[in-house]
Amino acid sequence: MQHTATEGHAKRSASRVGLAAMPVRAAIFAVAAGPVAAAERQLLVQAAVLMLFVVVPVIVLTPWVAWRFRRRNRRSAYRPGWDFSRTLEVLIWGVPALLVAFLAVRVWTQSRALDPYRAIDAGQASAAAPLDVQVVGLDWKWLFIYPDQHIATLNTLVLPVGRAVHLHLTSDTVMESLLVPRLAGQIYAMPGMITQLWLRADRPGDFVGENTQYNGSGFAHQKFVVHAVDAGDFSRWVGKVRADGDVLDARRYRELARRGVPAAPERFGQVDADLFGRIVAKYHASAQLRASTMASRATGRTNDAH
Amino acid sequence: MSAGSASERRRHPGLNLHESDAHPSDGEVVFGFWVFMMSDAVLFALLFAVYASLGANTAGGPGPRDVFELDPAAMETLLLLSSFTFGIASLAMKYRRGMALLQGMLATTLLLGLGFLGLEVHDFVGMEDTGALPQVSAFLSAFYVLVPTHFLHVSLGCVWIVVMMVQLRMSGLDRITRTRLLRLGLFWHFLDIVWVMIFSFVFLRGLL
Amino acid sequence: MRIEALAGPWLGRLSLSALPTDSPVAMGAALVAVFGALGVAGYITGKGKWRYLWREWFTSVDHKRIGIMYVVLALVMLARAVIEALVMRLQQADAVNRSGFISAEHFGQLFSTHGSIMIFFMAMPFLTGVINYVMPLQIGARDVSFPVLNSISLMLTAAGAALVMISLVLAPFSTGGWSGYAPFTELRFSPGVGVDYWIWAVTLSSIGSTLTGINFAVTIYKKRAPGMHLFRMPLFCWTALCTSILMIFAMPALTVATALLALDRYLGMHFFTSGGGGNMMVYANLFWLFGHPEVYIVVLPSFGVFSELFSTFSAKKLYGYTSLVLATMTIAVLSFTVWLHHFFTMGQSAHINAAFGIATMLIGIPTGVKVYDWILTMFRGRVRFTTPLLWGLAFLVTFVIGGLSGILLAIPPVDFLVHNTTFLVAHFHNMLIPGTLFGMIAAYQFWFPKAFGFRLEERWGRVAFGCWVIGFYLAFMPLYVLGLEGMPRRSAEVFDEAFRPWLLVAAGGAVLIVLGMAALALQLAMSIRHRDRNRVRAGDPWDGRSLEWSTSSPPPEYNFAKLPEVQGRDAFWTMKRSGRAYPPLERYAPIMLPENSAIGPLLGALGLATAFGLVWRIGWMAGLGTAGALVAVIGWSFVRRPGRTVDERQVERTETRWHAVLVAAVPVSREHECDPRNRGLADVAA
Repeated sequence: MQHTATEGHAKRSASRVGLAAMPVRAAIFAVAAGPVAAAERQLLVQAAVLMLFVVVPVIVLTPWVAWRFRRRNRRSAYRPGWDFSRTLEVLIWGVPALLVAFLAVRVWTQSRALDPYRAIDAGQASAAAPLDVQVVGLDWKWLFIYPDQHIATLNTLVLPVGRAVHLHLTSDTVMESLLVPRLAGQIYAMPGMITQLWLRADRPGDFVGENTQYNGSGFAHQKFVVHAVDAGDFSRWVGKVRADGDVLDARRYRELARRGVPAAPERFGQVDADLFGRIVAKYHASAQLRASTMASRATGRTNDAH
Repeated sequence: MSAGSASERRRHPGLNLHESDAHPSDGEVVFGFWVFMMSDAVLFALLFAVYASLGANTAGGPGPRDVFELDPAAMETLLLLSSFTFGIASLAMKYRRGMALLQGMLATTLLLGLGFLGLEVHDFVGMEDTGALPQVSAFLSAFYVLVPTHFLHVSLGCVWIVVMMVQLRMSGLDRITRTRLLRLGLFWHFLDIVWVMIFSFVFLRGLL
Repeated sequence: MRIEALAGPWLGRLSLSALPTDSPVAMGAALVAVFGALGVAGYITGKGKWRYLWREWFTSVDHKRIGIMYVVLALVMLARAVIEALVMRLQQADAVNRSGFISAEHFGQLFSTHGSIMIFFMAMPFLTGVINYVMPLQIGARDVSFPVLNSISLMLTAAGAALVMISLVLAPFSTGGWSGYAPFTELRFSPGVGVDYWIWAVTLSSIGSTLTGINFAVTIYKKRAPGMHLFRMPLFCWTALCTSILMIFAMPALTVATALLALDRYLGMHFFTSGGGGNMMVYANLFWLFGHPEVYIVVLPSFGVFSELFSTFSAKKLYGYTSLVLATMTIAVLSFTVWLHHFFTMGQSAHINAAFGIATMLIGIPTGVKVYDWILTMFRGRVRFTTPLLWGLAFLVTFVIGGLSGILLAIPPVDFLVHNTTFLVAHFHNMLIPGTLFGMIAAYQFWFPKAFGFRLEERWGRVAFGCWVIGFYLAFMPLYVLGLEGMPRRSAEVFDEAFRPWLLVAAGGAVLIVLGMAALALQLAMSIRHRDRNRVRAGDPWDGRSLEWSTSSPPPEYNFAKLPEVQGRDAFWTMKRSGRAYPPLERYAPIMLPENSAIGPLLGALGLATAFGLVWRIGWMAGLGTAGALVAVIGWSFVRRPGRTVDERQVERTETRWHAVLVAAVPVSREHECDPRNRGLADVAA
């Protein structure tokens, strides 16, 4: 009902090419392909196993107690006035409290260790410099800008295996959330703000990436492919994009930013240097705020300071 | 409690004639109103929080120093005086000092309240003349929701005073009008406290 | 030709194009709604019952009737929202690598109405209705503190529900989900009237709920019968108290969030917009400042219900009463300290995330305590597997699985992986279906005989139970798996062949749940038909423990001819065992009750008119509605009514009639609890 003609058209064409645009399948229970997702999944499994100590007794005891003390079973004791036991009370408050205390320590340390803003590989001398990628969430597509390579891609993210990747995210529409389940957990992208996410692919492969925050009728189509390739392939790919990619200037960007689902991924060999900064800054009217947003690109939790 | 049921109570001494089954007791009414004000206080607290988090976002538009003036805001604090006059009204009710004093004090309170509203309207109009409209920035949006919410409360308070004065004239001081007057007093003092907060956190903090 | 062109400004933005003619599914739903409403209206007219309904029900201020109306509203809305759930499940199962049978836009409306209805117009009215019916009886009161306010709350909630129903016909509804996250719901991205429907429906219901919270809290503090100390109250009353306190403190946050969003949309302000200095994170904070306590508002009353069930059907005192009260209070307080866990992924510092994650886990402790307290209540008892208890047992086993996934989601790094996926959907359904819905259905089965004087058929109740429980597992366990694989929630289409089998199973589960709904309807129909077989007029079919069972079924309008004197916990159970349960006939005093009032329905209608006018920008309607409401309230304050007296002869007649029933009834042992021998008089000799 609120579709514009272009939206409708874009959506239809995307449905037609949906398969071509989305060649990657997640196998159920596929293993993590990077250290961040691996650590997060490990934490999930650990906590789940720990919680089973509380949960399994309930699942076993509930039917057992109910059956054992069923009305017809006159052999069981019946104590209609029994309503308290100090020992049991200590147990039922104490055991969950101990479990939570243990988990709380894990939460405190792991939240820091797996903070999406925390640089991975930072301490390792051998590690290559992280690859910076600026991510812009649009309706209903993702734009990836490689500021140091001066190239950009739409709905494709090509990464070198084994090298830390530092994503800077913003949105030029509503709130979105970027998730690549096999590489790392998600982070929101919000207009006028920059959030960050570190990840690394440890094995070559193609992985699904997506937006998980509902943003309209094209939402389900807002997926992209992450190609993790080895370092040599990555440089060759960059060279190739530079050589024969399109130009991404302000006019081309305005076209991209319109609501719609793109028919196919795109590559740009030439990108305006401060495109990302301008996308963020346009939500801040005053010059002063614009300057502070630019300055915080490398360090700040801009969304907090905002 | 109406005379009829009181006589019934005399007819059935010691029997369970609970007066609160037809009407809530005074205690329930007043306690209920306190609880309502607690909820209203939460609402104001949230609006203050919104103002605190958006107050710096002037988006290139005017800031507090450009639009606030201390003198009118201080003048509006004369609403505080109306708390005093309402206090006298309450005392007049409590010590049965006659309807004239009670009505007179209510009328004074009403005038002070209306004066407050008039001054505030004057301020809003003045701000809008300088282009400080709520659509300009988040700061102004937050201002225009916090202060006018208080404005709206005071307006309803004024309507309530008028209703109260009419009802006092119609039925004098009985159980119903007394508890209503009591609640109106609570409401009026509550609005004064909110204004003190607005004056301190919005105007003083914005200007000093 | 468009009506709009003819009517000019009189109808605002409303025109014939609002009819959902572009989608057969939406059109079908609209037709069902219209013909359903016409059918019911026609039936009432045919039976000549309008006058009766108006005088005895709509204008009633009796807490029991208001409670029943709340539950009826909840059941009607439940039926709609469950069917919407089925449509969504079928769509996802169908739309694997194709576009499915409904449009993405329609899918967006479906998950938005489904969520909004389930929370605001199913869970809230259901629990409010049950508390309304049961709590005053349990504390030995004749009514709530403010009976007229009670009627106003009901009618405001009904007005909100009516607005959501109207949006079926004069479409569209919002696609912003039940949480209405800005800036997607701002005018720039959602220019239609859908979000306005959502805003005003939710606002009406939140005002109603705030007033309800005040009413219940004052009732519990001020209207307890002599001797009913706080720590002698049945646990259900404790949970009602905690829920009321949460309503009083949490509802304003929702009112503020929706009001500011409305100001953005209507007046172009900048609270949550992307530009102009607005900040969408403020919306997220405000909404969840309400939204998290809301979870406990809807869960705590069910905890109360289960406490009553386990104790009653184990014929044993509730284990760990004090511990359960403390746990309930702890949960209520902690619920205000965890809202940030709904957006761990917004980029705040790791320490803030960790602090809120730990606070969230802390809630797991009192919740775990409660679960074990209920198991220990059955321990050394004599457990009867009646239908209400079955829901309780299924709740215990199912709820802890949701608790497990809840602890996982409370760990920020784990949340990063599964937030916004179907894992999250599975988690909160895993809490709310057993935690709220099973509790409410159990409450309905448990207290139905109290309200209507006959038991519900056990057999169809068991069928419904089986369908719901198996359907729940089939529908939601696959979503955990899909969420771990990263399937986003709210997807109208799916692009992964591997997901298909899981989605098919989930759709099968949804079908079973709809069958469960049908079984509940059938149970009600069969029970009404065979009501003579299942009469329990004497009032105590389950060998109950608290005061509501000490009255006839249904209770007289004044509840208690003489207010009971309470001497301990499980008041009625003790009275029965000491032979003081049914005091002999005596001279009665007249009882004063509040008169019926039309102010509730009037304010409801004016509220609906205001909201509808605001949605479609029909200025005169909104203006008249608001002004009318103000005038109505002021006018009402001038009306002085003495109340209605039920004189002593009438009380005596009613009580004598009940005594005759009691004398005629044969005390029944628990063995025959569920057969026609049960006339509502418990055999306490054993």
